[in-house]
Amino acid sequence: MKPVVKQIAELVHTTSSSLPPDAETAIRKALRRETRGSSARMVLDTILKNVVLARAAGTPVCQDTGTLTFFVDERLRRKAPRAAFNEAVAYASGQGWLRRNTIDAIGGGSIDSNVCPGSPVVHYVPAGDGEPCIRLIMKGGGSENMSRQFSLPDATLGAGRDLEGVRKCVLSAVQQAQGFGCAPGFLGVCIGGDRAGGFEEAKRQLLRALDDVNPDPRLARLEKRLLAEANSLGIGPMGLGGKTTLLAVKIGSRPRLPASFFVTVAYMCWAARRGVLRI
Amino acid sequence: MIRLDYPFTKEAVRALKAGDVVSVNGKIWTGRDRFHKHFADGGALPVDFRDGALFHCGPVVVPVKDSPDGDKWRVVAGGPTTSVRENPYEPAFIERTGVRLIIGKGGMNARVLAACKRFGAVYLQAVGGAAAVTAQAIRRVPNVYFLDTFGAAEACWEFLVEDFRCVVGMDSHGTSLFAEIETASKARFDELIA
Repeated sequence: MKPVVKQIAELVHTTSSSLPPDAETAIRKALRRETRGSSARMVLDTILKNVVLARAAGTPVCQDTGTLTFFVDERLRRKAPRAAFNEAVAYASGQGWLRRNTIDAIGGGSIDSNVCPGSPVVHYVPAGDGEPCIRLIMKGGGSENMSRQFSLPDATLGAGRDLEGVRKCVLSAVQQAQGFGCAPGFLGVCIGGDRAGGFEEAKRQLLRALDDVNPDPRLARLEKRLLAEANSLGIGPMGLGGKTTLLAVKIGSRPRLPASFFVTVAYMCWAARRGVLRI
Repeated sequence: MIRLDYPFTKEAVRALKAGDVVSVNGKIWTGRDRFHKHFADGGALPVDFRDGALFHCGPVVVPVKDSPDGDKWRVVAGGPTTSVRENPYEPAFIERTGVRLIIGKGGMNARVLAACKRFGAVYLQAVGGAAAVTAQAIRRVPNVYFLDTFGAAEACWEFLVEDFRCVVGMDSHGTSLFAEIETASKARFDELIA
């Protein structure tokens, strides 16, 4: 096995079996806000115990090891080609780090290695600042099913083509999701783009550190407001009620066509597995 | 916290109220999408679910050799999957099998709630994604059915669990925490977008 394949397989293992420290801290803080003896507190306590156990044992944080989406600095295209990701994922699957989680959409058969055309997802992205890296998000099906895309204007919501309209869409997505996406969740939002690009950018927003501040002050204000308003819905951990419905909202944008105005919401469960490999 | 042991009697189940925290012990079986479709298509069930528990779960399992119990599998990760997908099938499953506990996440609809009330069953919310904690509660894997036809994530696994913690999300008296929270959050949402 080439060193890069081994490194990617290790990235998959670490990402599958641990939460980013900022996500864990956010859950710990949320637990302290919930009432003693409440189901919200029982759920958050179980989540935290689970995170500690999984990390110590190197086993998956969540049994749904999800869709693996890699965002790769394009400078690494030669060093980390598509084939390296396929080999690493097949190896990780054999090790029990990933569930046999890939189903042939037509025949319904299981693709046990989790490797086939379209899986894993590998995006080569324009070079960022600093040393080149590979980022990974593992997002489970329960949360993916709660992701939504709106097309503005939306008469039902009374949402127009402005940030106020965006706010209504995002709150609607959270209210509709209830606890189904394994609340408390993290939201990645994209304003604009085409339909496919909207989902890609919304998912990319989930890579952001929880304490970063959106460089666009309008979006920074909206993120803050949406987090507070979503938490006032009272949905709570696993939808059993409580003060913690969301842990973060991150918003980005893509240019749109004059005719289109999409608002895309990527709902991420509490098991917000994201990892980074610097090469 | 209320302790429940297999077989789960109707009396024990009727005594539960929405919001109770319970500890499930003994034999339970998993069944999710393909299992329910198989049932709805008239397929035979591999075990008797009377006074039993059905767990909506797709576990990560690994084969083991030389287990002292003779088990061929061990669960590495095993939390609940979203239950709403089984809404169309569950009322008939509860009626025909006499199952007492449905364990999953996210809750189920009014028809399932009505079936729980009529036939004496409850819906338990396990903590979604808490795969390591759940795996720890699954002490043994004595049997598996439909492994070849449904695949590992969808097979019907027989687990022996110890102190598997859940919250009663829907009781057998017509109360659903999920429905109450859905309604309250919708009222708040309407205020926020007004």
